[in-house]
Amino acid sequence: MAVDAKSSWLIEKARLIDPSQSIDGIRTLWIDNGLVAGIDPVPGQFPQDLPRIDGTGCILAPGLIDIGTELGEPGREEDETIASGCQAALAGGFTSLACSAHTMPPIDSPAAVQFILEKASRLAACKVHVIGCVSKDRTGEQLAEIGSLVEAGVIAVSDAPRPIENTALLRRALEYCSMFGIPLLDQPEVRSLSPYGVMHEGLVQLQLGLPPMPAEAEDLATARDLRLLEATGGILHLVAVSTQGSVELCRRAKHRGLRFTAGVFPVNFHLTDESLRSFDSHFKVNPPLRSQEHVVAVQAGLADGTIDIISSGHKARSLEKKIQEIDKAPFGMISLETTLAEVITYLIAPGILNWSQAIEKLSCNPARLLGLPTGTLRVGAPADLILIDPQERWTVDPELLVSRGTNTPLAGQVLQGRVRQCMVDGQPKMPPMHP
Amino acid sequence: MSGHETGGEPTDWESWSQSWKHHHLLGLELHSAEEIQSILDLAELFAQASQEGRNRLTLLRGFTVANLFFENSTRTRNSFSLAAKRLGADTVEFSSAGSSTSKGETFIDTAKTIEAMGVDAVVVRHATPGTPHLLAKHLSCSVLNAGDGPHEHPTQGLLDILTIRQHRGSLKGLTVGLIGDIEHSRTARSNIWGLQKLGAHVIVCGPATLVSRRWKQLGVETSHRLDDILPRCDVLNLLRIQFERQTMRPFPSVHEYGLLYAMTKERLARSKPDVLILAPGPINRGVELTSEVADGHHSVILHQVANGISIRMAVLWLLLGRRVASESFARG
Repeated sequence: MAVDAKSSWLIEKARLIDPSQSIDGIRTLWIDNGLVAGIDPVPGQFPQDLPRIDGTGCILAPGLIDIGTELGEPGREEDETIASGCQAALAGGFTSLACSAHTMPPIDSPAAVQFILEKASRLAACKVHVIGCVSKDRTGEQLAEIGSLVEAGVIAVSDAPRPIENTALLRRALEYCSMFGIPLLDQPEVRSLSPYGVMHEGLVQLQLGLPPMPAEAEDLATARDLRLLEATGGILHLVAVSTQGSVELCRRAKHRGLRFTAGVFPVNFHLTDESLRSFDSHFKVNPPLRSQEHVVAVQAGLADGTIDIISSGHKARSLEKKIQEIDKAPFGMISLETTLAEVITYLIAPGILNWSQAIEKLSCNPARLLGLPTGTLRVGAPADLILIDPQERWTVDPELLVSRGTNTPLAGQVLQGRVRQCMVDGQPKMPPMHP
Repeated sequence: MSGHETGGEPTDWESWSQSWKHHHLLGLELHSAEEIQSILDLAELFAQASQEGRNRLTLLRGFTVANLFFENSTRTRNSFSLAAKRLGADTVEFSSAGSSTSKGETFIDTAKTIEAMGVDAVVVRHATPGTPHLLAKHLSCSVLNAGDGPHEHPTQGLLDILTIRQHRGSLKGLTVGLIGDIEHSRTARSNIWGLQKLGAHVIVCGPATLVSRRWKQLGVETSHRLDDILPRCDVLNLLRIQFERQTMRPFPSVHEYGLLYAMTKERLARSKPDVLILAPGPINRGVELTSEVADGHHSVILHQVANGISIRMAVLWLLLGRRVASESFARG
């Protein structure tokens, strides 16, 4: 189990997929002192005694980057901690994450930002970036001190999972953030259309009698967000879209030339509201699991590039919270450790995305949105990378996952593809691979 | 073992429960037309036994039925208690007010505690859909759904259907109007499943805010004008307005609701001459129906109450009866 602290390597015989350089083929990657030093170096270029990793049968890609991961600290340690969340991230192939401001107290002050950055740096796990609040106390009323937050190191602002309901606040925030060049991340939802909502409004919901969350609650918020972006400029990312209408609105706006990014959580491209027939709160997530036509629309949005980013949507919730009645149980699922396998199983294997498109949405595009130097294996870039066994089939066992939470909606499911090695700045974070 | 009846001819109760396949009664969605018919047939036998004065059966002697009511109820709870007692079972009462759930205990822990007291069946009422289904996964005893939020209320659906069958012989080809707050009604959902399986045509009628177009997906006809459907209905089931489940008032006022949907003497005059008036109760006199309709000769509201006990005896016996033969010695 000893972790090799060295950071110079030669990774051979793996299929390198780096959409940022349009590479997809068997290549040798040379890493020197934590940075990418060369691709297919000629003998003599690198030291002969460089330790080698045999990547036969594996896919080598830039490390995945998650946006909006909930790390639980401060204030929700019963759900997740920075340590458990970061270890879960590495196990799932995420070498960087931008953690959510949904903490107690919320991340609306420089001190809160420092707390997280310091705690994470001592762990030496994955890289942790911080998302600050849009509004003070995350209450959706007044702007947080976004300038000070940027000074303290936040790389984006968001009130998610809470939507910005106040339209005037959203407008101000988009304008204000544009001064700092940081993105605003909004979860599109008109809450007044889904008060006490538990699940997608549709046939299943009608039969079960659970409070509905209609698709138009998301559609209207998406339309509003895009229209305000058009009026104000700024950088907007829709955290997770899940409806046919929302995908179509994004598609048309992109055709018109509006610049923004749209994200999705894995459950919304493969699970449907049929799962709720079990009344199991592990399927209570937000955006809610929708009906088949929406799932198909989300897949189409991923395939044609309307949806740019796949985020885990990771939200650990303790068993005591999830075991309550389904209307009282909180939304959320753990997903850091299953996201990549969900992409492989439900998007790559059926041919909806190819490998380059998938890595683009899991790594390159998030890096570009957040302005990170990672998400690429270009010469000179940090050697944040993963080796994936694309064939390995494994069964999701909540007890075996690294996250502190067990609230996965995928318990017992067989998924395809698993991370075999994960490097941050050239340092392996998993036990050495045994061929 | 037979039932030690106090009078009349002994009935072969055992054969009924021996052929029953289910451990729980969670909703009518999960049962076939044949199963529903056999519950109704058995309920008739219990009703008959009752009429013959055989009210003290000992079929479930030594068994305990727990009423686990997380939501207030008087009539359903009493009806279940009486049904259990008439079968010779002991009953234990639990209601959430002033109990451990108000001290933060989860409903599953509460139910497990009650089960650990040696209970053979729990009758569950809860404001949240699916709660009985989750308990069925966590408990080994039988779970009977006595109403889970707006989801299902299977014994209410069964007693409504039994009442109609008694008056009309069969459900086949009948047109049944469910009137009122369909959106929030578990009675409506259980009625729809049961009525459709037995061949009735169902019309759901109420304000568009409580009867959306989406209900058509369940194979029912939808209507917003009671006056339009009155002449076609053989049965009108007047559902209670569930004020407690509405987050925003779905109609402007009770007065306006009454104008559009209350069953009045005048509306009765425009209905089929032999129309049956059902109401699951508790009724809001003057809202869903006026007193003269509630107390008039078309009304079968009190038959429903009597049938409720027979239906609950039938389902308790079907779920628990199988175990009597194997455990009767142990239970004494």
